[in-house]
Amino acid sequence: MKAIVHKYEMDNIDTDVIIPGPYLKIMDPDELAKHAMEGLDKDFVGKVNRGDFVVAGENFGCGSSREHAPIALKHAGITAVLALSFARIFYRNSVDGAHLLPIEIDRDAYENISDKDQLEVDINKGEVNNLTKNKIYKMKPFPELIRKIIDVGGLLNYTP
Amino acid sequence: MTITEKILARASGNDKVSSGDVIFANVDKVMLHDVSGPGVMTIFNDLEKKGRKIEKIWDPSRVWVSEDHFVPSVDKLAAQNIVLVQNFVKKFGIEKHFKYGLGQYGICHTLSHEEALVLPGEVYVGGDSHTNTTGAIGAFATGMGHTDVAYVLLNGKIWFRVPETILFKMEGNIPDYLMAKDVILNIIADHGTDIGNYKTIQFNGSAISNMPMDERFTLTNMTTEAGAKNGIIEPDQTTIDYVNERSNATFTPVFGDSDAEFTDVHTYDVEKMEPIVAKPFSPANRAIVRELGSIPIDKAYIGSCTGAKYTDLVEAAKIIKGNKVKARTEVLPAAQSIYRRALKDGLISIFMDAGAVVGPPTCGACCGAHMGVLAKDEVCVSTTNRNFPGRMGHIGSKTYLASPKVVAASAITGVITDPRDVR
Ligand code: SF4
Repeated sequence: MKAIVHKYEMDNIDTDVIIPGPYLKIMDPDELAKHAMEGLDKDFVGKVNRGDFVVAGENFGCGSSREHAPIALKHAGITAVLALSFARIFYRNSVDGAHLLPIEIDRDAYENISDKDQLEVDINKGEVNNLTKNKIYKMKPFPELIRKIIDVGGLLNYTP
Repeated sequence: MTITEKILARASGNDKVSSGDVIFANVDKVMLHDVSGPGVMTIFNDLEKKGRKIEKIWDPSRVWVSEDHFVPSVDKLAAQNIVLVQNFVKKFGIEKHFKYGLGQYGICHTLSHEEALVLPGEVYVGGDSHTNTTGAIGAFATGMGHTDVAYVLLNGKIWFRVPETILFKMEGNIPDYLMAKDVILNIIADHGTDIGNYKTIQFNGSAISNMPMDERFTLTNMTTEAGAKNGIIEPDQTTIDYVNERSNATFTPVFGDSDAEFTDVHTYDVEKMEPIVAKPFSPANRAIVRELGSIPIDKAYIGSCTGAKYTDLVEAAKIIKGNKVKARTEVLPAAQSIYRRALKDGLISIFMDAGAVVGPPTCGACCGAHMGVLAKDEVCVSTTNRNFPGRMGHIGSKTYLASPKVVAASAITGVITDPRDVR
């Protein structure tokens, strides 16, 4: 995976800003995607290209359990969110629903990555390669079960 | 083992589990509503399109469904979702469907305890983040998204990472100007909105023993705002009586061992607390009401699974009684049963005599969906649990989270007010 970063240098980006409450009645993922990050950045949808990454701080995706949040991001084009930490339901939803990859990075990497940097993410190597800055960061490895669920394409395809 | 570990050990068929273990646990109860439900249905449809026939779910008697977020139907799309829910319930033979306009209904978390749908010692998964609420009954209760709920409906089990537990020992007698809401907002302000991430928050102590169940539910409800996987309180006589008043079902309460390990223990003296609010835009953004200065409000909101239980209405009514409200005041009881009891006990007249509007149970304004959303720059003091940007309406509106007592006092003065200053 090789694409551009959209960096939001903030902690606690909650699901109410990722996809505001009034849109929760929408089930069509492409309709949802039109409102991705609407509560934080009105220009988000316009500037994201298929495959791009979001980079953010601590506790990304806190708040409501709405799976609409990773669905909206995915259908807006995002394939992975790289954050210092994730709220647990957002993490589960992203992996179990096979919407996007929640990748935990350390503070050095977080601070080093700038908006619009081009990254290459390799989950097999456990590495994030910043092509713009010519730097390689380690990502926090996925726990064993999470990795298996990712590999089979979501929890519904997984047999314990 | 802690109570959470013991419940998860039982449910996963292990003698012992420890924090960090990843297990598959059998689920006892599962809930979906008019937002998570249509999500589950979309997944079922996708599976069928891929050739998997789904004729039955694991155990319809362990499933219940509420209509709460978008009722009364806000528009055609919401109305259509209710039809989807209705068809789903019929197709799979789910009997516990709390349908708007057909007897008892209300906000899912309120129904879970009002109707004793979850029992002490059970594993309960709900398609809503505030599923944590029900942990006050001594159950393992946690929220998930609709893929996970779909998986539970098909398989009756789900994976968990066994959480570490943080214990909050709450000592003292709650003074009559405070409520559980002040207690939990203080905890969140002291420790942050992610202290509980991947963890359990457990409460005990004399302040908890003296608390009615309705107040305990406020604490566990807002463990979600502390990021916790679940909030929990070990059952005592108050819990047992509460459940027995509502259900004939038998259950086996679970208690933690005396040598249970906690990753952290924090002790509080509740008598030292002051009435507080959480200012916009975080539940951790504390201010003591008396130190707040004059904050005029446009709206006082008494609603939601956090702040419109019977006890919440009683406490608000005590303050409002005989006064007139000076700001738009909306009271939405959290379930039809609570509305009826409030009507019978004269609380509804107190609110209406004061000039407030009383509306039907719904999530509505709590999540900014409908039934009284905020305009740009409007200020609301609210008994709900979240005040993120745009949560209750326009992105430029401002919500202050507070106890029902503070909201009631503010309603009759028109500015955010300490309940001690209106007597
Ligand atoms: S009342 Fe508010 S917090 Fe409670 S379930 Fe409804 S939307 Fe969620």
